[in-house]
Amino acid sequence: MAEKPRLSRQAMCDRLAMEFQDGWIVNLGVGMPTLCSNYVDPTKTLVFHSENGVIGYGPLAKPDEVDRHLVNAGGQNVTGVPGMAIVHHADSFALIRKGMLDVTVMGAYEVAENGDFANWRIPPRKGGGIGGAMDLAACAKRVFIALEHATREGKPRLLKRCTLPITAPGVVKLVATDLGLFAVTPQGFQLREYAPGWTPEEIQELTEARLSLADDLREFRLRAQA
Amino acid sequence: MKNKIYQTFDEAVADVPDGSVLMSPGFGGVGLPRNLLAALNRQGAKNLTGISNNAGTVDAKVDVGTLIAAGQVKKMICAFTAPTHPSQVTPFVRMYNNDEVDAELVPQGTLAERIRAAASGIGAFYTPASVGTELAEGKEHREINGRTYVLEYPLHADYAFIRAWKADTFGNLQFRLAQRNFNPIMAMAARITIVEVENDIVAAGELDPDQIHVSGVYVDRLVRIPPPPDGIWD
Repeated sequence: MAEKPRLSRQAMCDRLAMEFQDGWIVNLGVGMPTLCSNYVDPTKTLVFHSENGVIGYGPLAKPDEVDRHLVNAGGQNVTGVPGMAIVHHADSFALIRKGMLDVTVMGAYEVAENGDFANWRIPPRKGGGIGGAMDLAACAKRVFIALEHATREGKPRLLKRCTLPITAPGVVKLVATDLGLFAVTPQGFQLREYAPGWTPEEIQELTEARLSLADDLREFRLRAQA
Repeated sequence: MKNKIYQTFDEAVADVPDGSVLMSPGFGGVGLPRNLLAALNRQGAKNLTGISNNAGTVDAKVDVGTLIAAGQVKKMICAFTAPTHPSQVTPFVRMYNNDEVDAELVPQGTLAERIRAAASGIGAFYTPASVGTELAEGKEHREINGRTYVLEYPLHADYAFIRAWKADTFGNLQFRLAQRNFNPIMAMAARITIVEVENDIVAAGELDPDQIHVSGVYVDRLVRIPPPPDGIWD
């Protein structure tokens, strides 16, 4: 198959960020999901929460704004915003477990049509990198996932069932890949938006799970058209 | 009142015996007690059990990974036992793969809450994190009001090494911004708490009692971090 252009990581994260509503408390996973904070909608005020107890951080710090005591979950220097508060690590996760987060956005190796996802361990490799993912996944009101549609070897990542050890069962609500936007419904994955130039049939071919099509199926919303 | 102020990090950690359980905080490179860890590395205590968010990083800075690389640690209890990116092979990862160091992997919120449980005299607690995953296998489950939880136990420690922004002679501590992270709960959980302080240690009474993050009753030893190059500042 000829290689067609796919969505950029920024476009994937922009699209998920478009779903954020005014006043939401948002936790962005390390890596790709932090790109969600580059999408700024001036009509919405979001509260960005980081595992280390920073509640209300702002954009990445420019070189002259760096405060060595202020970092996000990825250890990047960030700025504060008016209203920022600091709590210790146990209180930060108390907030998470109570269900205060409106959304957490994470990367993943696999997502399944039953809402399971896997992002912390690849057997037979020893050990895993959980960080706060299990607490976030089990307790946030919504779990959004950003991931490439297939592995480098072309293996699908949207599966009937996860093959890797899962992070939490049945929690994923929305998935953005480089081929489209997918809701996780009781009937499995529903294609809501397709990448420009791609047909639903082509996307299905690269997906292990069965896709249903949204009634209002449309082309993927990009930042300029938002 | 016993004097809590020590002149050097080496004196402050001199009595840490082999086999100790050591908590060391820090997250994203901030709030790590690098000076005390460097001193314990010089002191040479062995067979330590470390409780930290991670098991060290790939940068050359002193952290718990320095003790691991030196063979001083027999076990880590932490939220990362594999790198988040396969390129980040730390000394811990190499040694763990060779069975030269043991580890217990704990979800980060459960790790924090287990430390807080030790700090607050709680015998155990139920959390929804990890339910339905392989990390919950073999643990006691309980359904409460229609939701499933797993039972988790406190994490106690012999020593906590702490990095604070300000302190007074009584040991009251303040942290600044994201430096706080695991520091307060570890300071309160350990049997002996040793603190490196970024500012001059002031007389008791000079810090506003309403702005204290850890009461001095939890703090045993304080060392003012000297200017570089003698002190480690980032």
